[in-house]
Amino acid sequence: MSVEIKTSTLEPVRNTFANIERRFGDKPATRYQEATYDLQAETNYHYRPLWQPEFELNDKGRTAIEMQDWYAFKDPRQYYYGAYVGQRARMQEHAENNYAFFEKRNLAALLSDELRASLIRLLVPLRHVEHTANLNNMYGTAYGYGTAITQALLYDAMDRLGIAQYFSRIGLILDGNSGDALVEAKQLWLQAPLWQGMRALCEETLVTEDWFELFVAQDLVIDSLVSDLVYTQFDTWLAANGGQDVAMLTEFMQEWCKEHTRWVDAVLKIAAAESDANKALLGQWVERWRGKAAEALAPIAQEMLGDDALAESLAALDKRLVKAGIAGGNL
Amino acid sequence: MAAKKLNTKDKYRLLTRDLDWEFSYEDRKQAFPFEEFEGIKITDWSKWEDPFRLTMDTYWKYQAEKEKKLYAIFDAVAQNNGHTNISDPRYANALKLFLTGVSPLEYQAHQGFAHTGRQFGGVGARIACQMQSIDELRHVQTQVHAMSHYNKFFDGFQDWSHMHDRVWYLSVPKSFFDDARSAGPFEFLVAISFSFEYVLTNLLFVPFMSGAAYNGDMATVTFGFSAQSDEARHMTLGLEVIKFLLEQHEDNVPIVQEWIDKWFWRGTRLLTLVSMMMDYMLPNKVMSWKEAWEVYFEEAGGALFKDLARYGIRAPKYAETIEKEKEHVSHQAWWLFYSYGDATAFHTWIPSDEELDWLSEKYPDTFDKYYRPRWEMAKKMEAQGKRFYTKGLPQLCNCCQIPLMFTEMDNPTQLAYRDTVYKDERYHFCSDGCHDIFVAEPEKYVQSWLPVHQILQGNCGGPGLEDVLRDYYRMNVGADNLDMKGSPDEQRWNSWKGVA
Ligand SMILES: [Fe+2]
Ligand SMILES: [Fe+2]
Ligand SMILES: [Zn+2]
Repeated sequence: MSVEIKTSTLEPVRNTFANIERRFGDKPATRYQEATYDLQAETNYHYRPLWQPEFELNDKGRTAIEMQDWYAFKDPRQYYYGAYVGQRARMQEHAENNYAFFEKRNLAALLSDELRASLIRLLVPLRHVEHTANLNNMYGTAYGYGTAITQALLYDAMDRLGIAQYFSRIGLILDGNSGDALVEAKQLWLQAPLWQGMRALCEETLVTEDWFELFVAQDLVIDSLVSDLVYTQFDTWLAANGGQDVAMLTEFMQEWCKEHTRWVDAVLKIAAAESDANKALLGQWVERWRGKAAEALAPIAQEMLGDDALAESLAALDKRLVKAGIAGGNL
Repeated sequence: MAAKKLNTKDKYRLLTRDLDWEFSYEDRKQAFPFEEFEGIKITDWSKWEDPFRLTMDTYWKYQAEKEKKLYAIFDAVAQNNGHTNISDPRYANALKLFLTGVSPLEYQAHQGFAHTGRQFGGVGARIACQMQSIDELRHVQTQVHAMSHYNKFFDGFQDWSHMHDRVWYLSVPKSFFDDARSAGPFEFLVAISFSFEYVLTNLLFVPFMSGAAYNGDMATVTFGFSAQSDEARHMTLGLEVIKFLLEQHEDNVPIVQEWIDKWFWRGTRLLTLVSMMMDYMLPNKVMSWKEAWEVYFEEAGGALFKDLARYGIRAPKYAETIEKEKEHVSHQAWWLFYSYGDATAFHTWIPSDEELDWLSEKYPDTFDKYYRPRWEMAKKMEAQGKRFYTKGLPQLCNCCQIPLMFTEMDNPTQLAYRDTVYKDERYHFCSDGCHDIFVAEPEKYVQSWLPVHQILQGNCGGPGLEDVLRDYYRMNVGADNLDMKGSPDEQRWNSWKGVA
C-alpha cells in the first residue's frame, strides 16, 4: 500500500534544538549555531583530573579572563568542521597548483645563490615557530572554555601544522628534496645567534599557563609581528630583489593571515568590551609579550629588511590594539 | 637538478617529526608535565611508528570531499521528509539515545585528544592525537546536523547536551568519559584508543549504523560510512599506542594490564545501553547482541589478545563473567528502562509478539526461561490498562552508575550486589568488576556524581520526581517520556502516514 504524504501535514514541531532556541529564539538555526553552542559539558563532572586536581575537567578558572557567557566568542567566519575543511581544501588546492607550477618550471633555479641562502636562513626556520603555534593553539583547545572559542583554536592549531609543513616544503624545493636545507635551517634554529631570541621566546610560550594569555602572546602579538615582517615587508623586498616567485609559495600563508587576523581581532574586541578588568589584563599581557617579541625579532628583522622594519611591524600591531579596544594610550 | 622523489615515510619525517627540538631555555618537563606521574616509562619517543602519515593539506582535501557528500545527503533528507522513511516511529528512540548518550562522548573524545595532542613529548604521537581530536569534533558536529532534522519532528532530541550533564542514565556514558579524561594521558589512550576504539568500537558502530541501514535512516547511515575512514585511523592509533607502551619498557606491562582490565569492564558496562538498543529498540533487527558480541568481541578480541601474549599481556579480567553476560544484559537493561519509562527522555514499549519470538529464537537458553514471562505479565497488565512504572529511585553502582539490576550470572534470579567500606562510608556496586575498580582508586570514585544521590540530597530541584524531570532535566514531561503507545511521536507519525 502506498501512502500519499501531504506535505502540508508535515509541520515541524520545533525549529531547532532547545538550547539554540533559548539563545536565539524559536526560528530556524544555522549549521554553525547548532554545531557550536553549548556543546561542551558545563556541570556535574564526576572526577577531578588526576593531572590537575585544582581544576574541574572543564574549568573557567584556567584563565584570569572572566566572561559572563563564554559563547560570546562567535567566530566571524562561522567555522564549524565542515565549513572549515571546505575553505582550507580550496586554499590548499590553489597552493598545490602554485607549488606544482613552481617545481615544474624549476623556478628555484632562477634564484641567486645568495637569495636561496637567505631563504634558508630567514624563512625555513619559521617552521619551528609555526610548530610552536600549533602547540599553543592546542593548549587553548584543551584548556579553554566553551566550544565557540575552543573549536576556532583547534582549527588554528591544525592550520599552523599545515603552515609548518608548507615552510618545510619550501626547504625541500630549495634543496632538491634532499632535506639538507631543513637540516641547515634547524641548525640555525638551534645555534645561530640570529634565532636564539626567537627560540627562547617560543620555549617560554610553551611553559605559559594561562591559556588566554597564551592566545594573546601567540595569536595576537607574535603572529601580528611575524606576519607583517614576513608576509608583508619581506614579500615586498623579495619582489624587488629577484625573489618575486617565492610569493607563490607563501600565498597560502598570506591569505590565511588575513582570515586569522579577522578572527583574533573579533575575539579580543569581545573580551575587552566585556569588562574593564579584562581590558586591563589584556593590556598588561600585550605589553609584556610585545616587549619580549620585539626583542626576539629584532635581529631577524634587521637582517631581513634593515633598520626600520621592526618599528613598522610594531606600529601595525599597535593599530590593531587600538581597534580592538585594548590600547589605553600608554602604548 | 632533478628533484628526488621522497618516500612517504621520509617525507612525513621531514614535514612533521622533525619540527620539534631539544629545549635550551626552558625545562622541557615543564612544557610537557604529565608524562611521568602514571609510572609509565618512555625511554625513546623516536621509536614511535606513525600509525598513519597524513599531512594537513591531504587531510583538508580528503575530509572536505567527505563532508561535501555527507551534507548533500543531509540536505536531501531534510527536503524529502526523510524522517517519514524510517521503518517505524519507535526507531527514532534509538537515535535519541544516540544523540543524548553518544554524541557528547564524541565531544569528550575531541577534548581528551586535544589534551594528549598538546601533552605528549613525542611529536609523532602528539600529531596523531591532534588529528583524532579534530575528527572527533567532526563526529559530534555531523551527528548534531544529522539529528537536526529528526529533532524537528520527534520529541526527546531537543535538549541533548543539557540532558547529558544531568539525566540519571546519561551519567553512565558521561562518567565513563570523565573517568578516561581525568586519568593520566597514557591511561586515556589505553582506555579510549585501544580498549574502546580498537577493540570495542565495532560494538557501538555496527549496531547503530547497520541499525540505521535496516531501518531506513539515510542520514545516520551516511554519517556512519563517512566516519569509517576516520575510525580506521583511530584504530591504528590504538594499536600503535599499546605496542609502543609495551615495547618501551617492561615496567609498563603490569600498568597497561591493569588499565586493560579496568577499561574492558568499564566498556562492557557502557555497552549495556547498546545491547538493549540492538535487541529491543531496533524495529528491524540486524543481529542479536549476543551474535554481535561473539563476532566482534570474542572472535576479533580473542585473536588480538593471542597476539599481545608475547608482550606478557593476557585477556582482560572477568572474561568468564563477560562471556555469560551476553545472554542476559540486554534483557535486564530494557526491562529496567521499561519500568522506569516515566523518567526516560525516550519512549519505551513492550516488544511485539513477533519480536518476543525473535528474542526466544536468538536466546534459546535464557529468554523463555527468565525474561519472556516478565513481558507476558507486562502485556497482561497493559491490556488491563495498568501499564506499570516502578516508583521510587534505584540504587546506583558507584562505579558504572547503572542501577543495581544485573543478576549473578550463574543464578539469573539473584540480583548481584557488592559493597565496600571506605573511610566509614559504604559504597555499592553491580559487580566484582566495578567493585575492584573502585577499590583500586577509591579517591577517584568517591567523587562520582551519582544522579540518584543528588536527587535525594535535593541538588536537582524537586521536591517531586516530576519537578526534577521538568525543571532540572528540562524534559517535556508527557511528551518525551512514557510509553510509545499514545505518545505525541506516535500520533504525529500516524497523521503523516494517514493512519487514524
Ligand atoms: Fe568518533
Ligand atoms: Fe573515533
Ligand atoms: Zn557497576
